[in-house]
Amino acid sequence: MLEKVDRILTSHGNDKASLIGILQDIQAEYNYLPPKPLERVAEKVDAPLSQVLGIATFFQSFSLKPRGEHIITVCTGTACHVKGAPRVLGAIERELGIKPGDDDTTEGLGFTVEAVNCLGSCALAPLVVVDGKYQGHVTGKKMQSLINKTQKSKKK
Amino acid sequence: MGMINNPEELGKVQKAILKERKKDSGKTQIVVCGGTGCRGAGAEEVVNAFGEELKKLNGKAAEVLFKETCCHGFCDQGPIVVIDPENIFYQHVTPKDVPKIIKETVLEGKVINKFLYTDPQTDKKVVHEKEIPFYKKQNRLIFGNNRYIDPTSIEDYLALGGYQAMAKALTKMTPETIIEEIKKAGLRGRGGGGFDAGVKWETCRHAEGEPKYVICNADEGDPGAYMDRSLLEGNPHSVLEGMVIGAYAIGSSEGYIYVRNEYPLAVKNATIAIAQAEEKGLLGENIFGSGFDFSVKISRGGGAFVCGESSALMTSLEGRVGRPRAKYIHTVEKGLWGKPSTLNNVETWSNVPPIIEKGADWYRTIGTEGSKGTKIFSLVGKINNTGLIEVPMGMTLREIVYDIGGGIPDGKKFKAVQTGGPSGGCLPESELDRPVDFDELIKAGSMMGSGGMIVMDEDSCMVDVARYFLKFLVEESCGKCVPCREGVLRMLEIVTDICEGNGKEEDIALLEELSETIQDSALCALGSTAPNPVLTTLKYFRDEYLAHINDKKCPGGVCTALIEFSIDQETCNGCGACIKACPSDAITGETKQPHSIDKSKCIKCGMCEDVCKQNAVIIT
Repeated sequence: MLEKVDRILTSHGNDKASLIGILQDIQAEYNYLPPKPLERVAEKVDAPLSQVLGIATFFQSFSLKPRGEHIITVCTGTACHVKGAPRVLGAIERELGIKPGDDDTTEGLGFTVEAVNCLGSCALAPLVVVDGKYQGHVTGKKMQSLINKTQKSKKK
Repeated sequence: MGMINNPEELGKVQKAILKERKKDSGKTQIVVCGGTGCRGAGAEEVVNAFGEELKKLNGKAAEVLFKETCCHGFCDQGPIVVIDPENIFYQHVTPKDVPKIIKETVLEGKVINKFLYTDPQTDKKVVHEKEIPFYKKQNRLIFGNNRYIDPTSIEDYLALGGYQAMAKALTKMTPETIIEEIKKAGLRGRGGGGFDAGVKWETCRHAEGEPKYVICNADEGDPGAYMDRSLLEGNPHSVLEGMVIGAYAIGSSEGYIYVRNEYPLAVKNATIAIAQAEEKGLLGENIFGSGFDFSVKISRGGGAFVCGESSALMTSLEGRVGRPRAKYIHTVEKGLWGKPSTLNNVETWSNVPPIIEKGADWYRTIGTEGSKGTKIFSLVGKINNTGLIEVPMGMTLREIVYDIGGGIPDGKKFKAVQTGGPSGGCLPESELDRPVDFDELIKAGSMMGSGGMIVMDEDSCMVDVARYFLKFLVEESCGKCVPCREGVLRMLEIVTDICEGNGKEEDIALLEELSETIQDSALCALGSTAPNPVLTTLKYFRDEYLAHINDKKCPGGVCTALIEFSIDQETCNGCGACIKACPSDAITGETKQPHSIDKSKCIKCGMCEDVCKQNAVIIT
C-alpha cells in the first residue's frame, strides 16, 4: 500500500520543502490522508510527524478522515453568500444530515459536503460543485434534485 | 522555431509569425472563451462541439480558424463565442447551437439574433463585442490580451510583441534604470496593501544575502476576487515576463509562483508556459546572452487565506505551516529561507512589461495622482453585468456599478458595495461618487485589496455580511497571536448574538472597543484589518444594527431568527408549488386559492420563495 506513497515521495525528491505538494498528491490518491502514509512521509523527508500533521491540519484542503464517494463543494464566497449559499447548505443538511465541519460525511461514506471560500466563478453564484462538475445558480430546490440524481446514479 | 538567442531573433520570430498569420487574415476565426467561469457554464462541451462540426466541413474547414482562449471577463454571459473578423458576440451558447452558428454565421455570414446580447438599459440587441457597454468604458491594458491569446500557445503571445519588454530590459537597461523606471511609473502592488513596487525592488536589491528570490503570489484568497486566476490562466507569459524583468532588476536567479490548489487550470497553463519559455531560452541560463540566469518553479498552496501575507506565504513555500511572523525585519531583507525576497501578485507582475516597453511617462498618464495605471476588479454579487473589468484608477464607484455593471437586477435598490475582501468594508450609496484608488478607498474606511467588488441590494443584511466576514476570519486566523485568535472570535460571538435577536445596545460600543484593540495589536494585516467589515457597517449602516438590537427586526430579511415568512394573499395564484417544496409541511391551501404559512411549523428555509413564480412569498 505504501508503494504509491514512495512513488509520490520520489517524484518530489523526498524534499521537506515540498511537503504541501506531497500531501496534496497523497490525498488525490487516497481521497484523504490516512495515518500510515503520513508516518511514511515524516520518515522519508526526515521531519517530525508533528510537522507533517501540522500541515495536514492547518490547510483547509486536507482531510484526515475518509471522505464520501460523492463530494459536494459549496462555494461560500461573498457573492455566493449574498446570493443564497446558506440556503443551499440548509438544503444539504435537511436532505443528508451533513454540514461542513465535524459532521461533514454521511454514514456509509456516501456523501461529503465541504465549504470553500471562493472558486472565482462568481457569475454562477450561488455555485456548487458536485463530483467535480460545476452547477451554477443553485437554489435549495435545485440542490435537492442534484442530491437525488446523484443518489440514483449510484444505485445503477 | 528553436531557441531565441537575442532581441534581433525575437523580432524576427514575431515578424515570421505575423507574416504566416497574414495569409489567414481574410478567414473567419471562431473564438471561444474557455475561462473557468465559462467552463462552469459548459464551454468545454461547446469547444468539443465546434471541433466535431468543423471536421464535418472537410475541405472548407481549412478556411475557418478556431481558438480557445481563457477568460474574456464578461462571465455572466458565458459560454461566450466571438466570430472574427466581424467581431460578432454570441452569449450563452450551448453545444446544440453550434451547427446553427457554423451554418448561418460562419458559412452564410448571417447574424443570429437569439444569441446576441441585449443591453438591459436600452433593451436593444447588440451585434458587435466592441459595442457592448460593459466593454466600452473599460481600459483593458493588462487584461485585454486574454481575448487574443490561446494560453497554451507561446506564438500567440510572441505575435502580440511578447517578451520584447524583457529583451529591452536585459540588453538595453541596467537593474538600476529598471528600478528607476518602475518607481517613476508609480506602480503599486495590486495584492492589497498598495506598496510601491519599485521601492520594494530597490530595498531587496540592496539587501545583504544571496541568493535572492522573486515570488509571484497567485494564492488569491479574497472571496469574490478572481482576476489573478484569470490572468495566470489566460496570459501566463505576461506574468513570467514581468517576473524575469523584476528578477534581473533585483539580482535574483530563482523564482516561485505560489498558486492556490483550487486553481487547477492556472497551475496547468503556467506549467505549460514555463516549459515553453525554457524551450525558447526565454527562461533558463544566460537569457539573450546577457549572462543573466532565471528559472521559475510552481508551488501549490493548500488553501489558507493567511498565506496571502508575505511572511506566511514564504513559510508555506518552505514546506511549513503558513503562519506569519512579526516583521521587524521585512521579507525583502529576510524572506524565503531567510534570504532577501520580493513578493508581488500576479496582476502587479503583469503590469511590468507594458511599463518597460512604453515607459513610465506613458504609464503615468493613466490613473490618479497617487495611484497610477489601471486596476482589474471583479464586479460580482447583485449586479446585472457580472464579470472582470479593468478601468483606469480614479473611476467612480457609480460609473463602475451603473455604466459598466448595468445597475442592480430586478429593479431592486442598491445598498452597498463591498471592496477589499475580508480586510475591506461596505460602502453605501452616499459613497458612490468616490473615485476608486488606493488612498480614496482607505479614506472611506475600506481598501482596494486585490480588487473584489461585491454589490449588495436591499435584500442583503449588512449585519449578516459583517458576521459572514468575521466567521471567515475566525476560520482563517492562523491562531498565532491572541488579538486575532481570541478578539475576532469574541466579535463574531457578539455579532452572532445580534443576528439572532440577542443583541444589547452596549454591544456596539464593545465591538468598537474590541476593534480598536485588535487593529493596534494584531501581528499581521489579517488581524489588524479584521475589524474593517464591522467598523464600516457600523459607520454606514448603524441603523441596521439598531433595528436588530432594539426592534428585533432584520431589514434585509436575511437573519432567520428575526424574520417571518408569509404569503401575499393578493399575488398568490394557488399553484401549490410551495406546498410541495416545503420540507416542514407548513403551507396549506386549496388549489387556485391563496395559500398560507403556519408560522409555528415554518423553519424559514426559503424553499417556498425559491419555487414561487409569482413572487408571492413575503419576508418581514
